[in-house]
Formats: sequence, C-alpha cells, structure tokens
Amino acid sequence: MNIIFYGVVNSVSFALVAMGFTLVYGVSRLPNFAHGALYVLVGFLTWSFANDFNLPYPLAILISLCLSAVIGAVIYRLVLIRLRGLPTSEIIASFAFGLIILEGLRLQGIGGFKGFIGPFYVLPPFIDAKIRLFGVLMDVQRLLIVGVGLALVLLLWLFTHYTKIGLSLRAIAQDEQAAMMLGVDSDRVAMVSLAIGSALAGLAGVMVLPLGNVTAEAGYRVLINALAVCIIGGLGSWAGALLASSVLGFAMIISTSLFGALWESVVLVGTIILILIFKPSGLLGKQKELEERV
Amino acid sequence: MATGAAGPSRRKERLDRGIKVRTEGIYALTSWREMGYLLAPRSLLILGLLVLPLLVGEYWQRVICQAGVYALLALTFDFLAEYVGLICLGGAFFVGCGGYVSGLLNHYFEWPPCVTIPVATVVGAAISTLVLLPCLRLRGVYFAIVSFMFPLLTVYILIALNIFGGTEGISALSTLPNIWFDQYIVLAAAIIALFAMRRLVSEDIGLIFRSIKDNDQAVRASGISITLYKTKAVFIGSLIGCFSGAYLSHQYGWLGISLFAMDFSILPIAAAAMGGMGSLVGPVIGAFLLTPLSEALRGFGQLRVVLYCLILIGFIVYKPEGLMNYLQRKYHQFEQWKEV
Repeated sequence: MNIIFYGVVNSVSFALVAMGFTLVYGVSRLPNFAHGALYVLVGFLTWSFANDFNLPYPLAILISLCLSAVIGAVIYRLVLIRLRGLPTSEIIASFAFGLIILEGLRLQGIGGFKGFIGPFYVLPPFIDAKIRLFGVLMDVQRLLIVGVGLALVLLLWLFTHYTKIGLSLRAIAQDEQAAMMLGVDSDRVAMVSLAIGSALAGLAGVMVLPLGNVTAEAGYRVLINALAVCIIGGLGSWAGALLASSVLGFAMIISTSLFGALWESVVLVGTIILILIFKPSGLLGKQKELEERV
Repeated sequence: MATGAAGPSRRKERLDRGIKVRTEGIYALTSWREMGYLLAPRSLLILGLLVLPLLVGEYWQRVICQAGVYALLALTFDFLAEYVGLICLGGAFFVGCGGYVSGLLNHYFEWPPCVTIPVATVVGAAISTLVLLPCLRLRGVYFAIVSFMFPLLTVYILIALNIFGGTEGISALSTLPNIWFDQYIVLAAAIIALFAMRRLVSEDIGLIFRSIKDNDQAVRASGISITLYKTKAVFIGSLIGCFSGAYLSHQYGWLGISLFAMDFSILPIAAAAMGGMGSLVGPVIGAFLLTPLSEALRGFGQLRVVLYCLILIGFIVYKPEGLMNYLQRKYHQFEQWKEV
C-alpha cells in the first residue's frame, strides 16, 4: 500500500516537472535547458515575496509564476529567437541562461543580496496536516501534488484542444509550414509555449519544493529528472511523458523501499540505458522517428 | 554579406588573397614569402604556447596547466560537435573516467604516473565509449541531453555506492615531478592533439565524420555503418578527454567527484564558442583566453560562472563565428565596399 501511494505521488511529481519541458519541446523544438533553473527561481522568489515583502502566500506564488512566464518569454525574445534551427546553440544558450540563474542565486553579498546560504529556505506547505488513507500516513501536500498534477494534465488537454492559442500550439507542433500558411505566427507561438513551459516549471517548483529545502542543486536534479522522463517517454510525446513518469516514479519508490534511498540514481541511469538500447525513440516517441534518431 | 551602416546601396565584397590561392597548391615552395604566409600563424601559435610558461609567475603557471586541460577538452568538444555532429555536453565524463582510472591504478597497484597516464588514457576512453555506446544511435538534442546527464549521474552513483573514496575521494596519489614538467606536458599534448586533429579531419575518415554530421541517412545509404564511425569518433575524442583527466588527477595528487564537475563541461564549450567553433584552433586559443579571465575573477566566487555564461551567450548570439574564424577571414581575404 505504501509503495502504491508514494509511487503515485512520485510519478505525479515527475510528470509535473517534465510537463513544461515536454510542452516547449513538443511545440517549438526548443530544448529549454533553463527549466530546472526556473523551477528553483520560482521557489526562491516565492520565498522572498512571502518573507521579505510579507505578501500573502497565494499572492506570492501568483506573482512569481507570472514572473517566471515573463522570464521564459524574455529568454525566447532575447536569445533563442536568433538561434532557431541551430540545436547546438539553442542547447548551449538556454543552458547558459539556466546556469546564470542558478549560480546567480548563489551570489552573496552583492547589493545586499543574501543568496543561498545554508538550509534556510523552506517553503511552507499549503495545508500543514497529515491524514491516514487506507492505513498509510500521508501529508496533505503530497495529496495536493497528485490533485494539482492530474488537474493540470486535464487543463492542458482542454487548453490544447479547445482554445485558439492551444490549437495553434498543436498546429505548429504538427506541421510548422502548414500552420504558418494558415496565419499562425511561429515566433509568437514559440514565445507563448516557452512562457507557459516556464510557468509550469515554476508551478512544479511551488508544489514540490515544500517537501524539502530550496537549494540551487535542486535545479540540476530537476533538469535531469525532466530530461530522463522525456528521453524515456520519447521527446515531445505527452502520453509518453506521462507513462515514463509513472514508470520512473514507481521504479524509484520500489527500489528505494527494497535497497535504500541511495539507489535512486542508479535506477534512473539503468532505466535510461535500457530504454536507449531497446527502444531508442522512447516508449511512445514515434514522431519523425527517422529524421531525429537513427 | 551584411550591409553596412550606409544602407542597402552597397555591400561588402570579400575576395581571397592571391597568396592564399597560390599557397594552397604546390607553388607554396616557390618563395620565402609564400612559405612564411603558411608557416607564420602556425609557428606563432606553437612558439606562443611554448614561451608562455617562461613569462609568468608560479601562480599563473598553475593556471596555464589548467588552461591546457580546458584547451584539450574544448578541442574534443569542437571535434565532436562540428565534425561528427555529436554535441557532447558531458566533457566532464571523460575527465572523470580518465582521472579515476589513473588515480585508482596509482592508488591500488602503485604504478607510477608515466604508466598510469597512458593506460588511463586508453582504458578510460574505452570505458567512456562503451558507456556512451547506447546513446550513439541518438543525435542532435537527444545525444546532448543524454551526454549531459552522464557525469552528473555518475557522481550520484559514486556517492550512493560509496566506492572509490565516495564523496571524499582518494588523496596522496603520486604527483608529477615539477611545475615545468606539468606545464610542458599539457602544452605539448595540446599542440600535438590540435595538429593531429587537423590532419585527421582532412583524411578520408574525417570526410565520413563530416558527412555523418551533414546527412547520416546518405552515409548509411552508401553502405557505411554510422554507428561504427560514431564510435570511432567518440573514442578519439575521449582519448583526449581522458588524457586530460588522468593528467589532472596526478597534477593534483588527488581524485574525487569534482573531476566530474560541471566546469569541465561548460568552460570548454564557452571556450569553443568564443574561439570559433569548427576551426579546431579557435577552441584552444579560446581556452587560453578564458581560463586566465575566469581565474582573475576567482575572488568573486560564483560570479565568474555567471560571467562566463554571459560571455558564452554573447558570443553565441552576437558573434556566432567566434574570434578565430573572424581572424582567419581577415588573414585570408580582403574586403571592400561595393556599390550595388
């Protein structure tokens, strides 16, 4: 029972983390390597707004999510727009942007900015309580993660199927040339997708980070997790990402309860390598298989 | 080419210098001037690198060693990215493999560095090639992502299993005899690797590498196994990377998880972007410019990472050709404005 519950929670947090990345890549073929950095940045901003400016917690979250979306759009407008179609440069530039954010957060003593020193940054959970479900003690935050994660999947599905912007996102993802002929502005859509993806990274941050401390290292960890999910599920495939996050989530929880917490990363690597050997395009990645992988 | 400030009524015309065209053929030997034209930049580079250690103090001599390591890594990155199409964001993985192999051989079997470094170069390269083998079927973004994850995950695994010294590493390995040896061995390695690489990419095998980058389906259609050639390329690249790792572990007399640190992946890429990707010599020069710069900024702590990321973005966005390609163009061509 423990394994099932924590497995579900873990899977949904994987999905939350990976959703933004896979959305951006699926729509605009832009690998947003600043994903992990935005995740941490939103956690940090929320903390600052709530503690330094004494804003109410929900408002702090809202503001930092908006800021994250703006940063995503700015990354696209300033940097990535000049590099589209050059995968090397896209990756390096967005990763460098992420590094600037992450390492910038560690800066200390410049302009009174404190940066990360020690485990002082703890976001409060939304509801600080624990309940018993089928004999398993759970804190409410974990249940909220599951709820929000599932709601988000549903919302994104509705968004991409029934709104104009969402439909244009999918159009660009399916066939950029045809979509442009029908009057969809590719640059605008890419910017929107990057903004949404960054906000999603931030949302994952405020949902998952209350379970631990906000540290700069978490950014790298999150980026790796998001990438692992995308590799295993097949980049740009949403169903694949969901499937992969449940595979990874359960594999990690099972290995943790059998062998101990330290084996997590071994399982992660093992799964990736196995998938690459047996199904290099990922579990459900069929899109343009021949063009992208050999 | 780009139009100048005067508007669209004129354009810049670039023509190869006559001497360049002549020296490309066999006529290069007809005059001292033409031989000089060919030799000057090359000997300037070699002499510059060899004289460098004599000009600076003890502290900066250490920096030269480091710059040499970064130059080797930048060369590997440039070769794999621009000539084979494998964007390897995990240069640290090569360093770590080489460093750990040589350090462990030295620690457990007490072999001297003159044995462990060559052995670690080959064995480490074999290990990293084997590990990267499953991902060689990927390309572009996919390979970049997976190669980026390997060094980070290896660190987690080393910590998790607590093997090879775990988080603390193993200290008291034998070190190299003195600082002069330290510097000249890495400088010699950089020069040899650079010229060997330039030779390699113009051989037949280099042609195959480049065509894999440009159109791998066509290479496949010609009956050439692209996985085999990618494996070869990765092995060649990781030879260089593992050498620098093995060298580092003996230079510090210490091995630990910081051999897998992100610095070894990112700074070489920044150096390559700054020096000019695809020119092979550019990344080497970029490393020798960027490392002292980042060393001078050491006092600012993490700010230097931020700073070299800014340099990186700046070059990628605003000067994607990099310094070396720019200089080469100036050397080989003359420009003039032309009315349109």
